[in-house]
Amino acid sequence: MQVGFIDYGIIAIYFAFVLGIGFALKRQMVRSEDFFLSGRSIPSWITGLAFLSANLGAIEVMGMAANGAEYGIMTAHFYWVGAIPAMLFLSLFMMPFYYGSRVRSVPEYLKLRFNEPTRAFNAISFAVMTVLMSGINMYAMALVFKLLLGWSMTASILVSASVVLAYTILGGLTSSIYNEVLQFFLIIFGLLPVAIIGLANAGGWAALLTSVPPGFGELWRHTGSIHNPMGVDWLGILSGLGFVLSFGYWCTDFLVIQRALAARNLSAAQRTPLIAAFPKVFFPALTVLPGMLALSLIPALGSNTTIYSFNMALPLLMAKYYPSGMLGIGLTAMLASFMSGMAGNITAFNTVWTYDIYQSYLAPDKSDSHYLWIGRAATALGILVSVGTAYLVMGFPSIMDYMQMVFSFFNAPLFATFLLGMFWKRCTPWAAFFGLLAGTLAAIGHFLLSHWGFLSYPSMMAGNFWRSTIGWCVNFGVTVFLSFLTRPKPEAELAGLVWGLASASIAIAEPWYKRPKVLAAIIFAMAVAANLLFW
Amino acid sequence: MLDLRLPIGWLFIILGSLVAAWGILKPTETSCGAISLNLNLSWGLIMLLFGLGMTFLARLNRQSD
Repeated sequence: MQVGFIDYGIIAIYFAFVLGIGFALKRQMVRSEDFFLSGRSIPSWITGLAFLSANLGAIEVMGMAANGAEYGIMTAHFYWVGAIPAMLFLSLFMMPFYYGSRVRSVPEYLKLRFNEPTRAFNAISFAVMTVLMSGINMYAMALVFKLLLGWSMTASILVSASVVLAYTILGGLTSSIYNEVLQFFLIIFGLLPVAIIGLANAGGWAALLTSVPPGFGELWRHTGSIHNPMGVDWLGILSGLGFVLSFGYWCTDFLVIQRALAARNLSAAQRTPLIAAFPKVFFPALTVLPGMLALSLIPALGSNTTIYSFNMALPLLMAKYYPSGMLGIGLTAMLASFMSGMAGNITAFNTVWTYDIYQSYLAPDKSDSHYLWIGRAATALGILVSVGTAYLVMGFPSIMDYMQMVFSFFNAPLFATFLLGMFWKRCTPWAAFFGLLAGTLAAIGHFLLSHWGFLSYPSMMAGNFWRSTIGWCVNFGVTVFLSFLTRPKPEAELAGLVWGLASASIAIAEPWYKRPKVLAAIIFAMAVAANLLFW
Repeated sequence: MLDLRLPIGWLFIILGSLVAAWGILKPTETSCGAISLNLNLSWGLIMLLFGLGMTFLARLNRQSD
């Protein structure tokens, strides 16, 4: 495979556009709210695609393909049992509280609903998590560039970091969101041909299944026991992935919620995850399928830990089938996906840092322009720290395992806090704090026990699923128990924050195709159909 | 605010024509494994069409404002 000057040219043109958008938006970043929340003025098709794209980082593109090669179509559980139901739940049941309460971040919601310590705990753990995650993207990008272009790890990390730094510092969240949408289309156009051509070369779906290990083509048929490619039974899938991990991620992670908060009104905010869910139903064709194809078409895949690791499934497939020219588009698509994943984490990090840590505890009552300046400084700092975490990720065998491990510590327990906080008005502030603390500690304890060999699972992923379930259950149990021992907040303070105590909302008359409930029903039917199709 | 459809449209117009032109200039690279296909030309044209569609939508929108 050769990378020609045309491929470099394509990458250069893409960089020029990305920076151009940053410069074009710079003039509009006057107030801190413009920078962190895009002035709450963005149409829902844009926030929806950005919502999707902020997740479409290395984890999704390379990680899901790697998992497809490792576990087969069961990887699609991350979509059809995991992400989709959680996105619908976020839209219908949780968005009214996030958007309706006019908070600027997820930790800020916890402050209103509970108390300062709960918010501080969440803000700090979230800040740690985002920089850990953003490092994955940088590492993955460096890996691809090293193998395909021959750049050194450090050079590719520095190039990607400086581009993301430039456009997020210039245009803030709007620039990040705009670039995410641009990246979304590039990713689709860059990845779709490899799936089509790969499938044609493999001789179609039925022929593909004969050349991959048994059980790779079925979602549920072998989940009566743990004797299936993933080593998890249906209960583990439904509770660990379907309920705790996915809901924990999609419903509480500020990285995704932030995109919806930038929408024009509540209805547009509710539509944001729904617009993202439509393409999401089809994504396994772009990620899981190429992984399975790579396993069949590239015999050496999985044979060693560097060039032929499962993480390289997608890049290897592109290198095999794309001619110079298309290869540039494919590389740009991967580059775009890493940058959107990184920028998503960084914009969420700078908001939480500035509003929930700096303004709340370190330097309250400063001018708005001061916070805008701090936001820009935090962007630079966040990227700098991510460069460090990129080197940390290098020590892990699979990026997906690394990510689900990080989620099982932070997101999985947190979801219990949100569920109780939003739907049970008796839930008290201190119970929430200690429940969250206990849940997080339980997840860490579980990790240490399995790390030292006291607990063992058929695969690292199975351990992640069960760790999440345990963290969630401990948090749920402790929070409920302590709620009965402590004093709840008076109902007057909870208006608009808890189910059943909604502040008066104005219903907007909208055509049927814009109504969240209608859209959600259609998407739900599509996800059910996908599950049945590959049963 | 900047209409996002314009930069998306222009990026795809430029990249699409570039890749399609490359497919015409270098028609030797027409195999994708066992399949015979000028991928650069065909996919470049599809990208070009998408780009034109996006700028067209942006123009429609500006006229209606």
